[in-house]
Amino acid sequence: MNQPTTLFEKIWNAHVVAQEADSPAVLYVDLHLVHEVTSPQAFTGLRQKGLRVRRPERTVATIDHSVPTRPLSFPITDELAAKQIQQMETNAQEFGVRLYGLDSQQRGIVHVIGPERGFTQPGMTIVCGDSHTSTHGAFGALAFGIGTSEVEQVLATQCLLQRKPKTFEVRVEGKLSPSVLAKDIILALLSKIGIGGATGHVIEYTGSAIRSLTMEERMTICNMSIEGGARAGMIAPDDFTYEYISGREFAPNGAKWDESVRRWRQLRTDDGATYDKSIVLNAQELAPMITYGTNPGMGIPITGHIPQPEHMGDSSRKLALEKALAYMGLQPGKPLLGQPIDVVFIGSCTNSRISDLRLAASLLKERKVAPNVRVLVVPGSMEVKRQAEMEGLDTIFKAAGAEWREAGCSMCIAMNGDQLEPGQYAVSTSNRNFEGRQGKGGRTFLASPLTAAAAAITGKITDVRTLISN
Amino acid sequence: MTQFQKFTSRVVPLLINDIDTDQIIPARFLKATDKLNMGKNLFADWRYLPDGSPNKDFVLNKPENSGAQILLAGDNFGCGSSREHAPWALSGFGFRAIMSTSFADIFRSNALKNSLLPIVVEPQVHSELITLVQNTPNASLTIDLTNQIVQLPNGKSVSFPIDSFSKTCLLNGVDELGYLLRFEEKIKEYERTHS
Ligand code: SF4
Repeated sequence: MNQPTTLFEKIWNAHVVAQEADSPAVLYVDLHLVHEVTSPQAFTGLRQKGLRVRRPERTVATIDHSVPTRPLSFPITDELAAKQIQQMETNAQEFGVRLYGLDSQQRGIVHVIGPERGFTQPGMTIVCGDSHTSTHGAFGALAFGIGTSEVEQVLATQCLLQRKPKTFEVRVEGKLSPSVLAKDIILALLSKIGIGGATGHVIEYTGSAIRSLTMEERMTICNMSIEGGARAGMIAPDDFTYEYISGREFAPNGAKWDESVRRWRQLRTDDGATYDKSIVLNAQELAPMITYGTNPGMGIPITGHIPQPEHMGDSSRKLALEKALAYMGLQPGKPLLGQPIDVVFIGSCTNSRISDLRLAASLLKERKVAPNVRVLVVPGSMEVKRQAEMEGLDTIFKAAGAEWREAGCSMCIAMNGDQLEPGQYAVSTSNRNFEGRQGKGGRTFLASPLTAAAAAITGKITDVRTLISN
Repeated sequence: MTQFQKFTSRVVPLLINDIDTDQIIPARFLKATDKLNMGKNLFADWRYLPDGSPNKDFVLNKPENSGAQILLAGDNFGCGSSREHAPWALSGFGFRAIMSTSFADIFRSNALKNSLLPIVVEPQVHSELITLVQNTPNASLTIDLTNQIVQLPNGKSVSFPIDSFSKTCLLNGVDELGYLLRFEEKIKEYERTHS
């Protein structure tokens, strides 16, 4: 009998093209996603070296980071953004790469449209010049972010040099309480392992709580694996996965579909296979989470208290907490509940899919956004936008006083003009609360779409469970 | 890529843990379509005051640190996004080596492709270095990649790990793409058997 192997090892082993002694493996890439921010220098490199894109049909490009999301905000007035987007269009055309460009009705955030169009499939190796590529691991793919030099390497050779990472099992067992979402699971995990806790590892999420999550929820969890430093996050595919993929534009069909599903069913960690590291979370014990600091590992249950630097043990962690609280303008030992906020951002590749918008709308329905609070709802793709409008969610958001936008990364990264003013507080469904991430001087609390909608209504950090009568 | 040679430089301490790539170079500078002039935006939100003038209290702005090529950082340097603009900004500014107890994976990989050496030291050595720069602010270190050692001013030297592939690439200024392109036949064969 073969040695029992993990899901990760199965995919890895199936993609090693070559492995020389003392060198990293040459790993084949099945799907290369490209966006306007991390690719221009890579295409320039190809041009300078006289190289072509080796497999244009395995390469898919979109524009998401620097596109405006205000309706009718075209032509783009930000000259640099306009040039970058123009460059993406030129590069795609010159090298024969499929691009979901400005006028595409299917464009959107790269990690939203990959699965949505059916490009993302189990067992694949997927890379993108973007750290949240880990999102696609929700389908049982090995998906990770790469730098621009590597984008060039993949464009030219469809391969990448990689050292084999270690494995980390995150097992989540039990049933989630009402109003506790996938976002809360991942924020709770990050608060336990810290922002570097998974460095050098690929996480596999297992356990009954993970199995019961929808594909969109699984994407939320895998998306933020990188916030723990993980190389990738993945979940073995199952019937939920196949059901999600089935019928999508680029999914296999007919006899190919049956054959694919048969193959995908093998993609699981064998009994007896071991991980280099593991941790178990009990879903029942989880509460809605919120961050208080300047990295995603600085999170607490919504009813919790901000930690105190003197309880931190080592001096560098104490310093880090003091620095974070100084930036955030928050007091140690205090609760976050009741903290006034200025902006709510519902969007990003973590939480901008239709189920996220439905959740936010369910709370905002027949309610109003608090005075002086600005709420941006930014769908992850034009497809999500259309679906939401069909369901009337846009009407709910607008009636409540929220801004309903076009698809894009928007205030997750504040490159397109959607940004916080210095000092403003935001509750955001995005993935990073680093200093200045949502605009220079802006201060971010990361939370789920429900917790964000709750803050929109009350104008302060609120336990969503107090707004929902059972 | 330029060959990585032995060099001696003073050290700039930036002893903050988890310095993320949004701090190394904020996202608003990522609209560039080339790699030029990234150095001026390195640590922009820490280095400049809101009116754009240099923040005199920030360590990189101290006159005595000008020209330093080694950065001594806190744990888990370079976490966050995959932007290669981070090593472009660090090398553009003039850094050739970063020392920390640990680096984020993507940052480490990006740095190595840009002749920027990430040096991992044990926490105890890290503390020794902190004491050294605090007591002797103009202390210089010599980075010797061939022998994988850092020489301290007191004559002591500490060794650091690096995989042999990355080391060879750095020392010879070899570009990984060149290495990959040599596998053309194997790649073709893989594609033949795996489509
Ligand atoms: S939504 Fe945010 S995290 Fe996701 S790809 Fe865009 S900028 Fe990156």
